[in-house]
Amino acid sequence: MTVVEAEPRSTATGSIRVRLRTPARRRNMELALLLFAFALSGAAVTLVQLGALGRVGTTVLALCALLAILLLGLHVVLRVVAPDADPFLVPIATALNGLGIAEITRLDIADGLNGWDAAGIRQIAWAAIAISLAIATVIVIRNHRILQRFRYIAMFTAFLLLVLPVIPGIRSPRFGAYIWIQVGPLSFQPGELAKIALAIFFAGYLVQARDSLSMVGRRILGIQFPRARDLGPILVVWVLAMGVLVMQRDLGTSLLYFGLFLVMLYVATGRLSWIVLGLALFLGGAYAASRILGYVGARFDAWLDSFNQTIYDQQGGSYQLVQGLFGLANGGMVGTGLGQGRPDIVPLAESDYIIASLGEELGLVGLFAILGLYLLLVSRGFRIGFTGQDDFGRLLGVGLSFVVALQVFVVIGGVTRVIPLTGLTTPFLAAGGSSLVANWIIVALLLRLSDSVRSQPQLVVEQDR
Amino acid sequence: MNKELRRVSIVVLVMFLALFSSSTVIQVFQQDNLRADDRNVRTLYASFSAERGPILVDGEPIAVSVPVDDEYKYQRTYTDGELYSAVTGYFTLNQGNTGIEGSLNDYLSGTANEQFLDQLNAVFTGQNPKGAAVELTIDPVVQQAAWDALGDQKGAVIALDPSTGAILAMVSKPAYDPSELATHDAAAFREAYDRLIDDPDDPLINRTIAGDLNPPGSTFKLIVTATALENGLSPDTKFPNPPTLKLPQSDSVITNAEGGACGGGSTATIATALRLSCNIPFAQLGLQLGYSKIAQQARKFGFEDDGITIPMSVEPSVYPPTQSDAEQMLSSFGQASDRVSPLQMAMVSAAIANGGRLMTPTLVESISAPDLTVLQGFEPTEYGTPISQATASTLASMMVDGVSNGAASNARINGVAVAGKTGTAENGAGAPYTLWFTGFAPADDPRVAVAVVVENGGGLGQSGFGNLVAAPIARTVMEAVLNR
Repeated sequence: MTVVEAEPRSTATGSIRVRLRTPARRRNMELALLLFAFALSGAAVTLVQLGALGRVGTTVLALCALLAILLLGLHVVLRVVAPDADPFLVPIATALNGLGIAEITRLDIADGLNGWDAAGIRQIAWAAIAISLAIATVIVIRNHRILQRFRYIAMFTAFLLLVLPVIPGIRSPRFGAYIWIQVGPLSFQPGELAKIALAIFFAGYLVQARDSLSMVGRRILGIQFPRARDLGPILVVWVLAMGVLVMQRDLGTSLLYFGLFLVMLYVATGRLSWIVLGLALFLGGAYAASRILGYVGARFDAWLDSFNQTIYDQQGGSYQLVQGLFGLANGGMVGTGLGQGRPDIVPLAESDYIIASLGEELGLVGLFAILGLYLLLVSRGFRIGFTGQDDFGRLLGVGLSFVVALQVFVVIGGVTRVIPLTGLTTPFLAAGGSSLVANWIIVALLLRLSDSVRSQPQLVVEQDR
Repeated sequence: MNKELRRVSIVVLVMFLALFSSSTVIQVFQQDNLRADDRNVRTLYASFSAERGPILVDGEPIAVSVPVDDEYKYQRTYTDGELYSAVTGYFTLNQGNTGIEGSLNDYLSGTANEQFLDQLNAVFTGQNPKGAAVELTIDPVVQQAAWDALGDQKGAVIALDPSTGAILAMVSKPAYDPSELATHDAAAFREAYDRLIDDPDDPLINRTIAGDLNPPGSTFKLIVTATALENGLSPDTKFPNPPTLKLPQSDSVITNAEGGACGGGSTATIATALRLSCNIPFAQLGLQLGYSKIAQQARKFGFEDDGITIPMSVEPSVYPPTQSDAEQMLSSFGQASDRVSPLQMAMVSAAIANGGRLMTPTLVESISAPDLTVLQGFEPTEYGTPISQATASTLASMMVDGVSNGAASNARINGVAVAGKTGTAENGAGAPYTLWFTGFAPADDPRVAVAVVVENGGGLGQSGFGNLVAAPIARTVMEAVLNR
């Protein structure tokens, strides 16, 4: 089997590589899995219509077919520009995106929404944009190390994106949170993109600074704590997270950014003290916020005492949480069947509560499958961390996949009462363009990173060491 | 770096394990509790989404659920909604149900215990569960006759088969269209409900069995006469016959309805007093019998029983303890605090018609599952034997006299012996009378017992009386049965 190469290599390593692995097999596997994901999504879209309407409309299916063509385009592009990229990433993202479109379409049917009013149609349009951007990302970024150079640009971008939703004129507060911007008919959650910029910045910065952050300091109780002057960065990020909490009134996003930073810091430095310090800072801040900021306190009350009638009836109380639990209970072990449940009863069933909607109609079995897909996606990202050749790439791979894992945990954990409910989107599933765009770009970056891992012949590297 | 990564991987795994556990706890272990929570509207919606069983009259549906394209999947519709409104009641989206719709909701919605296996079957076959069909005892011809006969009057008509207790007609006016309340449009429902509930004529109340019951007037004399006969008095027992009677310890004077003495003569028999519906002899008879004997007899007919269900529960008729001789005398001809439902008076007539055996009244002939297996068939059951056969036959012939030769003359049917008793009850100074008729036909082989009440004096104020307004309505209804 011949290999399509971006750059010619020496015949020696080339021959080893060809003996070691056959990259085209990966792409063929991706194609097979992708076709399976198409079938799954198509079946889901068909079933929700059959279940909820009793007939199948062709509009959504036709639009999904266009998405499939776009995804095949991504697949072909990968054969050319990243033939060694991980074969699981695109099919998993496709399956989750397809399931999301199916369930959102189901809720559109329940709400009697059609055409551009239908969140499902808009979701398909956003998916097209997101996948196109993913294609552009893998084409434009041929070598992920370039991103390391842009770490401070990434920082400023992240800062800008975080500030946008509180700027008068374009800000668009919803449900008490300042995480949207509205420009004309378009609304966007800049914070979703900010997490990518932050991951790039953290990775670039930590690779450079980790020595000073990990080597020096004094030991207290067997844990080495950093010097006071090295506390600067973590304090800056802490202030940033608290700023999000206070200015944007969004506990979930705040937790997401801070968690991302802590984990990347720990992986980069290997110092547990950072985690201890960071958690102490965050929990302290969150506790203070829960006492000072009414909305944080209300979230905690709704979490701890959901079934209390007073809290249930309160504005911003536990109504949505409890209704979501009713939905999940209605689904039980095997679910009501797609299109057969009543997920539309829960507020925001198509966005924040998409997981409760799917849990109701697909049951515990379906929820486990979805969680399994996420776990697989995250583990593929962590693989880059384990096997990558350069520390920037490893750190970035871990950061990007951990941010997906943490977001899944915060959202689904909120819905299932593991932690207080916050308003994050479920990656790939929830209705919302910003989330789709951000997560598909994450997939594109992971594809690029995984390709660079695999296209480095391990045998040669090991000889280098 | 790999050591740290392994640790972070474990943390991620723990996070996911927490999600696996929490979803398992909710969807499996807490499932029943969450489903039972009364804030869980899904359980409620499920009952709407099942195809509710029809209500049938003579095999024809009068209430059915038809598939519609909205979230409740089925729309309850009523053919002849107003005509049957007293029977069907209404079925709303979570705003309460009445009538058969309310009292047999378990069966109609398919959630009754007997239907458990059907529900299970529906789960496995994937079919929508269906409710059971309720066949009523109502005779559509008699129902229509009663509806037409009552016309625009405010009142109620009930007819039943004295030998089985089967209710043949149940009309209450003003009526309403239950379709208006079955709407899935919340605003339209609210408008209709508010309008009906604010209507001073209370169309939502089924006057045959509920509401502010009416004083029975002279129809109560049937119960006093029954008490007398059961206590050894004969129809020929005589009482002084003055044209007016001053009540003891009171300035009030009572008269007979027609004025003057009762049929002439210095004494009047119980038979004459019942035939001509005279108050003064009954006042004396009631005082002589005393409260407790009459109350005991009334209870045997069903008074004070709050457990009568047809299957809607029936507001008990009352004969409350009297505080004085004057009140006892007034209560003996159906005034004072006596309050009765038309169903109760029909039960009195039915017991007399059926040789003293009172059959339990019911609206339900059978309840059948969607596969036509009968879940509940209804055998006639005996409520009790309030009077002996002898008393019954004596009373029956006295009531026949009342129609053929007395105060209930407008209930006469050519060629048929009709037994009947009218009532014209006062509701206080100046207020219009409540007009009554109860009876049965044919007297020798009763096929129908009726009770008719017309409120508001039949539109005639204090010049209306039972024989003028209520008796012709009853006659039409009885004729409808006899012509079947």
